[in-house]
Amino acid sequence: MIGKLGLIIKREYLAKVRNRSFIVMTILSPLLIVGMIVLIAYLTKINDNEKRVISILNESAFFHQEFKPTEQISYIHLDGIDLEEAKDSINSMGYYGLLYLPYGKDAETVAKSAYLYTKDNPNTQMTQHLEGIIQRRLRQGRLEKLGVSQDQFSQVEQPFEINLATFDGEKSVKGINEIKAFIGGGFGYAIMMFIIIYGGFVMRSVIEEKTSRIIEVIISSVKPFQLMLGKIIGTSLAGITQFTIWLISASLLLFLAVMLFGIDLGSMANNTNMPPGAMNEMSQLATMDSEMMTYAREILDIPWGLLIVSFFIYFVLGYLIYSSIYAAIGAAVDNETDTQQFIFPIILPLMLAIYVGFFSVFSNPHGPIAVGFSLFPLTSPIVMLMRLPGGIGEGGVPLWQLLVSIGLLIITFLGIVSLAAKIYRVGILMYGKKPTYKELIKWLRY
Amino acid sequence: MDNILVAKNVSKSYGNYTALSSISLNIPKNCIYGLLGPNGAGKTSFIRIINQITHPDTGEILFNGEPLAPQHISYIGYLPEERGLYKSMKVGEQALYLAQLKGLSKAEAKKRLKYWFDRLDIGDWWNKKIQELSKGMAQKIQFIVTVLHEPKLLIFDEPFSGFDPINANIIKDEILQLKEKGTSIIFSTHRMESVEELCEYIALIHKSEKILDGKLSEIKKAYKNNVFNVGLEIQQDVDALMGNLNKNYNILSSSFDGGENQLDFRVQLPSSHTAGILAELSSMANVNRFEETIPSANDIFIQTVNNKDNDR
Repeated sequence: MIGKLGLIIKREYLAKVRNRSFIVMTILSPLLIVGMIVLIAYLTKINDNEKRVISILNESAFFHQEFKPTEQISYIHLDGIDLEEAKDSINSMGYYGLLYLPYGKDAETVAKSAYLYTKDNPNTQMTQHLEGIIQRRLRQGRLEKLGVSQDQFSQVEQPFEINLATFDGEKSVKGINEIKAFIGGGFGYAIMMFIIIYGGFVMRSVIEEKTSRIIEVIISSVKPFQLMLGKIIGTSLAGITQFTIWLISASLLLFLAVMLFGIDLGSMANNTNMPPGAMNEMSQLATMDSEMMTYAREILDIPWGLLIVSFFIYFVLGYLIYSSIYAAIGAAVDNETDTQQFIFPIILPLMLAIYVGFFSVFSNPHGPIAVGFSLFPLTSPIVMLMRLPGGIGEGGVPLWQLLVSIGLLIITFLGIVSLAAKIYRVGILMYGKKPTYKELIKWLRY
Repeated sequence: MDNILVAKNVSKSYGNYTALSSISLNIPKNCIYGLLGPNGAGKTSFIRIINQITHPDTGEILFNGEPLAPQHISYIGYLPEERGLYKSMKVGEQALYLAQLKGLSKAEAKKRLKYWFDRLDIGDWWNKKIQELSKGMAQKIQFIVTVLHEPKLLIFDEPFSGFDPINANIIKDEILQLKEKGTSIIFSTHRMESVEELCEYIALIHKSEKILDGKLSEIKKAYKNNVFNVGLEIQQDVDALMGNLNKNYNILSSSFDGGENQLDFRVQLPSSHTAGILAELSSMANVNRFEETIPSANDIFIQTVNNKDNDR
């Protein structure tokens, strides 16, 4: 019996691996993905290099020291021309904008009647940056009136960040939960992609056996369940082969791309979420260093062993559950177009798991929603993996939750596989009927 | 042990639909057994039970005297009516795979495949893909795969569909040869011509019930109804002669060819004794034809099915 299962697995594997479109996808996908990354990095780089020029027509006696060039913005100070002339020349020179500060008796009046002229609607970051500069000057002025000196003002302006620690007294840092959930989410996302891609392969392969009418020949030699299992295992081995090839070739290509084009991947991630005004906090390099240390330590502290073992468990069980449903669907229909009505309900819990994971688990990894979804068997493979980087036990996932989650998954696995096998067994010999859910439920009782 | 397969009160239903109701059959060893019946009668359901694709709700099947069990799969060869092959797989690889699933070792399967490929003259197909072959060609491969593991019991469900007459003949000869070698064969069909030629035993299944079974020759004997076809070359007046005959016998139909003076008629006799009528006819005219009408399998089939339907 084991020998036959082995034969089926081998055939399914070879049939998949030798398939021309499979080979093309295996080779092409890493190229496409790395190509995309390089393209995005390249475009981001071009975008970043564009330095915006703001010209300033300042007729007042104030704000002459405030505008200092940054990486993104440089300033040109105009003098001795009137506003209309300035507008015309700025427009023809192709500068980004004109900041007009009219004459006024004090900074407040000047600020009130200040204008930023741009060709199109100005970019929000830019406006915020300029507003920030003016506001800082105004605040300084107002405080001076109240008798606060410039020195005192800059002392007051020292930014503040709260210190973070866990109850054990360990120093913790901002965003570490997100990073951890992101790592777990990566694993969960991989499971989802694997299920959708290779579950679909299983389904198509069942449909192919049905439409080519070979099915009855085969199940006169082996049990339908063996065939289904062999198909699922063979296809997933092909999938693992493909994933491994993708992983290796994509990282090689990425490495090459980084070497060749000198793309700074880190800058891509950083630039986007830099809060406005963060520039002037850069001076605190010392604290940054220790923060980096903390991040590194936290990431090393992620229980990688636990994570990888659980990934394996959740991957195998989750994949088996879903792909046996896919196999049952394949058996129930005559052609692929009939599968739509059945596929949507399968993908739904997967999507839900990903969304719940990214919205709820990120912000509160151990909240009730995260716990619920990490116990519910159809979503637990994804959601639990997002929670697990926090470790188990105190401060992480309570052990009982992990055990209950895996237990429920195993029970569901046994239940679903036997139901799917029943539908499969009946379905593969049914032709010419467009099945309904009612029909499928009837098949369960045959 | 004379029977390769015995079915005792086998029933199977799908939901409210009864596929088989209490079928009992004895299939003797080393014969060709015709499993006949209209479409949807339950033949395929029964065959699937023998192949352990489905299981009976009630009843028992004995294979070679033992209750049917999974290890018997390798003693049974099955050519289903709905048959096909993996389209994108190479012929040789596919045949090897299917043979190994039936329990043959790879080397043995290869050896036997080579023999069969040469025998049916398809040796150069080994590396072709199924999608490059015609339907008839693929059927040949399926036939080989079915018989390759030298099963004790072969089940053919409509084996000749899809074959042109020449290849159908080749396959028919192969089936007869397999029988010579001692294989028992179940032959399921609703085409009666091939039944007359091949089957020694038949069972007739209709609307999930067995309505007739036994040795074909005996069934035919039982279905004889003493109707005879008679041909007379006459000299006298045909109407007078017919009047005379009608008085004494139950004439079913008649026809007269004036040019040839040939009178043909069908007569129903009260018993199978023919001496009396023969003597009387001989005294009246020259008898050039006198034969009993033996019902064809087709007649029996139609008659039994109709009788059964009228009973209800």
